[in-house]
Amino acid sequence: MKKIINLLKLGWTILSKPAVHLSLGFLTISGFIAGVIFWGGFNTAMELTNTEEFCTSCHEMRDNPFMELQTTIHYSNRSGVRAICSDCHVPHNWTDKIARKMQASKEVWGKIFGTIDTREKFEGHRLQLAQNEWTRLKANDSLECRNCHQFDSMDFTRQSKRAAAQHSSALANGEKTCIDCHKGIAHKLPNMEGVREGTSPH
Amino acid sequence: MKNTLVNKASTFCMTAVLAFSSVMLPSMVSADDAVIDNAPQVSTLRGTAPLNAEVTPPIIEMVENNDLKRQRDYPQQPPTIPHDISKYQLDKNFNKCMDCHSRKLADEAQAPAVSVTHYMNRDGEFLGEVSPRRYFCTQCHVHQLESKPLVENIFVDVDELIKQSNARDKK
Repeated sequence: MKKIINLLKLGWTILSKPAVHLSLGFLTISGFIAGVIFWGGFNTAMELTNTEEFCTSCHEMRDNPFMELQTTIHYSNRSGVRAICSDCHVPHNWTDKIARKMQASKEVWGKIFGTIDTREKFEGHRLQLAQNEWTRLKANDSLECRNCHQFDSMDFTRQSKRAAAQHSSALANGEKTCIDCHKGIAHKLPNMEGVREGTSPH
Repeated sequence: MKNTLVNKASTFCMTAVLAFSSVMLPSMVSADDAVIDNAPQVSTLRGTAPLNAEVTPPIIEMVENNDLKRQRDYPQQPPTIPHDISKYQLDKNFNKCMDCHSRKLADEAQAPAVSVTHYMNRDGEFLGEVSPRRYFCTQCHVHQLESKPLVENIFVDVDELIKQSNARDKK
C-alpha cells in the first residue's frame, strides 16, 4: 500500500514540474498529433460498431431481427436505398450516440450471458425489446425516422387518402409521432395483447 | 335441414373465395405454362418450372387503393378490401386490420366495423371478442388488383336470374 502511494507521489511530482529536456514546441505538436490519432481512432472504432457486418456478426441479431428486416421496404426497394441497423437504432448526433453506446454495454452483458441466445428466449423478450425502442423513439420524436423522412418534404397529394389525412392532422400538429402508428415496419411485432391499440393511428 | 343450408352456404362461400383468388393471382401462371400437350394441367404458383430453376417473379400489380366500397355480387359475399394491405401483419401475435376495423376503433378511423357475425361461434352464440375462426381476415376478404381479368366472367347476378325466370313464367 505504501509503495503504491509513493509511486503516485512520484508520478505527481514529475507531472507537476515543467519539462526540462523537451521543448514546448515538441510537447505541443506531439500532443496535438497524439490527440488527432486518439480521437480519430476512437471515432473510427465506434463507427465500426455501426456497420451491418458488426451488428449481424452475432447469431442473435443475424437470425432474428436481421432476417425479418430483409423482407421489408427498408432493406430492399425500387429506389435501392437501404436503412441499415444503425440508421434506426443509433442516434446520429454525437453526444446522443455516445449515450446510446454506453447503454449498449447492457447488450454486451446480454450477449455474454446468453439472454436471447435461442429463438424461444428471443420471442420471450420480444415485447420488452420492442417497447425499449418504442419508448426511445417516442421520447426523441422519432428522430431516427426523421433523419430520412422529413415532414416538410412530404407531398400529401402523392399519399393515399387515409395516409394524407393522418399526416396532415395528427402528425402535423405534433400530437402523434411516426412511431405511434408505424410500429412493426422493419421487424415483426411481438404479441400485442395488452398493448392492443399499440399501432393504432388513433 | 338448417345444417345442410349452412353447409351449402359455406361451400358457396368457399367456391366464391376460390374463384376470387384465381382472379386475384394473374400472371403467376402464363398461358404457356398452363397448357402442355394441349391438355390443361394443374400448376402451382411457380408455374411448371422445374424445382431447380429460378423463376422470374411477376411484376407486382397495382392494388386498388381508393377506399370506395364495391358492390357485392351476391348477398353472402365478403366485402372486398378497397385499400392496400401489403405488409399488414396478420398472425398469431397481431392483427393489423383490427387497428381500424375493431368495434372500439372504427369510429375514429371511420372504417366499417366488423359485423356481428364475426363475434359468433359456430353454434351462433355471441362472444366478447372476434371469434377465432374469423380472426384471419384475408381468408374471406381480399384486396383487388387493377388488372385485366384472365378469363371471361360469366357470373350472373341473382337479380338477373330472377328477372329471367319471371320473364319465362310470363311466356
